[in-house]
Formats: sequence, structure tokens, C-alpha cells
Amino acid sequence: MSDTLRDAASPAPLEAAMEDDVLVRVDNLVKHFPVRGGGIIRRTVGQVQAVDGVSLVVRRGQTLGLVGETGSGKSTLARCVAGLIPVTSGKVTFEGRDITNLSRRAMRPFRREIQMIFQDPYGSLNPRRRVGAIIGDPFAVHKTASGAARKKAVQELMERVGLNPEHFNRFPAEFSGGQRQRIGVARALALRPKLIICDEPVSALDVSIQAQVLNLLADLQSDFGLSYLFIAHDLEVVRHVSNNVSVMYLGRIAESGPKNQVYDTARHPYTVALLSAAPAADPDAAAQRRRIILTGDVPSPINPPSGCRFHPRCPKAQELCSQQEPALEVKPGDPAMHQTACHFPVQAGETLARVAGRERR
Amino acid sequence: MSLLEVTDLRVSFPTADGVVQAVRGVSFSVENGRTLGIVGESGSGKTVLTQTLLGLTPGGEVEGKAVFDGTDLLSLRPDQLRRIRGAEIAVIFQDPLTSLHPLYKVGWQIVEMIRSHDRSVSKKQATERAVELLGRVGIPSPRQRVHDYPHQFSGGMRQRAMIAMALSLSPKLIIADEPTTALDATVQAQILDLLLRLQQESDTALIMITHDLGVIADIADDVLVMYAGKAAERASKHDIFYQPHHPYTKGLLESIPHSSAAGDRLRPITGQPPSLIRLPSGCAFHPRCAYVMDRCLTEQPRLAPVGDGDSHISACWLPVLATGLAPETEELRRQAVAQGRHAAAAKIAEAIAERPESEGSVIA
Repeated sequence: MSDTLRDAASPAPLEAAMEDDVLVRVDNLVKHFPVRGGGIIRRTVGQVQAVDGVSLVVRRGQTLGLVGETGSGKSTLARCVAGLIPVTSGKVTFEGRDITNLSRRAMRPFRREIQMIFQDPYGSLNPRRRVGAIIGDPFAVHKTASGAARKKAVQELMERVGLNPEHFNRFPAEFSGGQRQRIGVARALALRPKLIICDEPVSALDVSIQAQVLNLLADLQSDFGLSYLFIAHDLEVVRHVSNNVSVMYLGRIAESGPKNQVYDTARHPYTVALLSAAPAADPDAAAQRRRIILTGDVPSPINPPSGCRFHPRCPKAQELCSQQEPALEVKPGDPAMHQTACHFPVQAGETLARVAGRERR
Repeated sequence: MSLLEVTDLRVSFPTADGVVQAVRGVSFSVENGRTLGIVGESGSGKTVLTQTLLGLTPGGEVEGKAVFDGTDLLSLRPDQLRRIRGAEIAVIFQDPLTSLHPLYKVGWQIVEMIRSHDRSVSKKQATERAVELLGRVGIPSPRQRVHDYPHQFSGGMRQRAMIAMALSLSPKLIIADEPTTALDATVQAQILDLLLRLQQESDTALIMITHDLGVIADIADDVLVMYAGKAAERASKHDIFYQPHHPYTKGLLESIPHSSAAGDRLRPITGQPPSLIRLPSGCAFHPRCAYVMDRCLTEQPRLAPVGDGDSHISACWLPVLATGLAPETEELRRQAVAQGRHAAAAKIAEAIAERPESEGSVIA
């Protein structure tokens, strides 16, 4: 299994030419968490296979969108890339240098280059500290500015992300959700990183505020040449911000490619189902759409299904799917960048079986 | 006559900082077998509105009328309300994790719901009914799962259990308060599908509270858009999405990323919702409105019919015919604004045009 995945991820001739713009390359990354028993010895009784052989590439100045449901392993993957948790196996390279499982000291210079924005603007800011101190922390930790210079830098950052620099001395509680997310963005931006990992950065915000933050992220990307690894469960948001999209299911990549390829000509039945389930704010489209209702829930990553992990819920599943793990590869007729891990990819114009066409009044 | 007829409902909460005017005069009605969608941002009063109907807002000062099936809910004593709550009006809350008791079995909780309204049902009968209900909402092998604890259910299954509980006494009205917000897209699709099917089977009325216009597009018949405790606009689903009149509704629609314009710049609404303690004068939306005129600062617009029907009402001073997103309509709005905007309003409009994407400050 791992060999086929590695093969699929190895650069095709077309990609080799663009190797220069690769900022981050993740190769066959595996992250398992041990499940311990209840006894005194706390023996390991199983493994949560949160991420199980994922390969992806983030290019300079571009955004890679990562979509998947709860438990698909997208946040774990993000934390592995950021070096916040050790990986079980596989490799993460940043600008060609291997940063997998580096010591804290060795990792330090890379921490300036890779920053993170978290989902919950309430939980990710210390309520007892002033905003100026929170945003100034990266300068203090990396000893790049202090005193008046630090204050000036912080106020410039606040201005840049659309906060009033005079609010330097306020506490997080005095800001609204959208403004707190801007504080998180300012903190991430402080050391001029090359990569920002955004883990559901707008999910907790109202739509009108969400649009403000998305526009801010787009502006910062073009001003500073940032790359984003953008994780979200909202498919429209991911489509809006991304250049390329990878769809995760139960620790593996189901499908990845340029966003229009993935959205308009999805090949993996899971992607098709996910797209059909996403609510569109357009009643006529909603009435016409034929929604594929998947049965059951996402299985446990402690004991994932054999073969293709999607097979127990897949409307197209056959014998082979439960026996053999499909490789993530380019399917016939697709461009070189569009890879699908499926034995029986969905063809153009095909309707999946077990479609629930809903009757409207 | 409508199943539920709410007239000029007002709810305010006295606090140390001042009076929070959570709901400021909202009227609406719901018919059997229909779905009313209530949309609005955090703090627009959509949840307080419906919880007040059920007497779940202690400490709130309530005015107005809410006639359900011939009785005014707001005039009932707590014990009378308790008989209606659950039996005739059921609620499905947002967070299925915290709305089920973690220490009692799912089945027990449904049994208790049934028996607390009708003591003549035996425990055995009620358990039978719970099994049947769990099966109806699509829980596999309900006869075994009825004895499970909530933590043994996944998020989607818990929400199904909540729906089973809501259905247990065949209510005439179900209030669903962000029922799918905590769920993944594929599970959300399952739950919306289930709600729609159950509603069609038993002709129940449904109030769907959500901030997600995608859910509204899917399931609602009529839509009420709330802003700062008031109804900004009320219309059929079609009119809200394709013929919006109120600039707030229009702003909401425009700020969602659309697949047709993926990658284009989004058009957010400037600023953020106002404090419900210190509300802006006139129309509460005027500090964020790109079409602000002089009268918006002083006079509060009433809900009045707009467009060409009378089912579509909106609280905005823009011309009655200025509905929709077409260029001609935009021209109509522009002309009205050109005539109606002078000193004060012009200043606000300038500030909005200058920093269209700023959120402003919380404490002015």
C-alpha cells in the first residue's frame, strides 16, 4: 500500500519542472495515536490511525484547501506539518529541507516560517493577557524586537489586519469574534512566515464577518506572497480560497487536484457525495439537485474498514473495494494533477445509485 | 387561522449595563405543514424569540401576543405551559451533545418524555414507542440502541435521538434551533432530509432557526430575516433569495462565497451588528448600510409590502419597487439615495465607502 502511494506522489515529469515552487512537501505521512487499556500498566491496545499515508504539496504563494469531515484527520495532519506533534512515519520537507521530528532547538528557525491560525477565536487567545502582548509574543519568543520597536511592530500589524492600533491595551473579551480572529491573524503574521496553516479559520464566524476575514487573508497572501494550507469543512469557502484541493476521508486522501477539476469533475464517490450534500444558498439549485444521502457514519479510525476505507458507505462499492486499497493516481482522461484513490471512479454524467431525489411539495 | 400567530413580540432583559432589547416587536405566523426559516447573525434575537414562546427566557420582560392553536402562550401559567411544551410544541436544540443527559440511557430519556405528559402509558408501552421512534428516525437496530447511553451515539445519531424525542408526542409544531450547525455536511444532509420527510408524513409545522442560508434554501417555505431584534424582511423563500429588498438581506446573500464567482473578491457587510443595549437611532442597520439616507438616521422604517405582491414585506426606506439584484434595480436604489442623502447620512456613507471591510470598534 505504502509503495503505491509513494509512487503516486513522486513527481511526474510535468511537476518536476515546477519543483522550485514547492514550499512544503508531505510524503506518505502517518500519525497513529496509541489507545491504552485501563489497567495499571496502560498497555497499548490499539492505534487511532488518524493520518495514514498522506502525501501533498503546498506551492509558493498558493493555497491548498483540505476538506474532510470530523475525524478525517485534517487537523492532525496540520499539526504534523506545523511540527506541533511528532509524526509516526513519513516525511515533511520545507523548502527542500527535512523538518520531520526535529528537536525543539532545530525546529526553532522553521517555526518562524510556519504559523498557524486556529478555529476558535475564543479559545485560542489567553483571556488574561492584553492584545498587544498576545500579538507581540512571537517577537519576544524569537527575540527579534523589544520595547518601543516591538510596540510599533505590533501596532503596524494591528493596522494591517484592520484593527484599531489604539486598542493595543485591551483584553480579548473586548473584541468580537471576527476581531479576535484578526488578532489571531496578526499574531500569525508577526514573524513574516512563508506558510500559514489555517485550521477552520472562519467556521465560528457569521457570514458577513466571514467574508471580511476571507478577504483579509486574500489581501495578505498577495501582499506578502504567503502560502496557505487551508482547512475547512465548508466546501464553498474552500473553493473560494484554494488553488488546489485535497479531500480527506478517514486518514487518507480520497481525491486531490486543481480546484475546478475536483469540484466540477469529481471522480471519487465520496467527493461526489460530499459536494451533493453541501447546502447551496440558491433555492432553485437546491430543488433541482439530486442529493446522494450516504448511509451510516464515518467508521472509527481505530479499526478502519479493509481495502478502500470508504467502501462500507459507497454506493459503487464492489468486492474488490473491500480487499484492495486503491492507489491515489491519475485516472484515464484526467489531467496529470488530478488524482483519485478509487477502483471505480465516477464517470462524467453518471448518477450514483441509491440517489435520494427528494419530492418537494 | 394559522397554527401560531405571533404579534408584536418584545423581549428585553434588564442587566447591570442597561436594558438588552433582544426582540423589539416581531410578528409572524406559521401554518400547518409549512416551514418558516428564521435567519440572522449571532445576537439578532432569533433564539430568544422562539424560546420566549416556550417560557424559556426567565428574567426577560415580555410583551405582545403569541396565539398557538387558540391560546395565548404568553399568558399561560408555568404549569399550563408545561403541558404544551414537548407535547404540542417540541424543540430540537443545536448541540445534541449537551441537550441529552449523559447519565441516562437514550431510551429512558424518551420514555420519560412520553410518561411525563401521560402517566397512563406504561413503561413497557413507552419503551416500545421509543424503539419505534428511533427506528423511524433511522437509527440502526433500535431495539438494542434504545439501551445505549448518549456517549455511545455519534453526533448525527444523537441529533436523530433528539428528533425522535421531539416527535414522541406528535407535536403540531417543531422548533429547530440550528439543528445541523454542529454536524458535518453529509450528516446535515441526512438530518434535513429526515426532518422534511417527517414533516410531510404528519403535516407538522416547522420553525427552522439558522444562520446558514444554504439550509434555508433547502428546507424553508417562508423566510424571516432578523436584524438587531427586529424583522428586516419577510417573504417567500424565492423572493428572499431572488428579489431581496432590504440591504441587509442583500448583503447577506452577497457575502456568501458562490461557486460561480469562486476566487473573486467577496463583498462583506461593513462593520458588525450593534449592541442591543445602545441601539443606533432610526433604522438599526443604518451605520452599516451602503444605501443610507437622511431619514434612516431618525425614522424607524416599518414593515411594508414591497415588490408586486403583498406577501413580501420589508422594513426599509428604499423605494417599494427596488427589489432584486438586477442592474435596473440598482439604478432605482441609486436614484433614491441621491435624492435622500445629505450631510449626516453622506458622512456615514463616505466612511463605509472608504473602509468597506472594516469591522469598526466594539466600544465606540
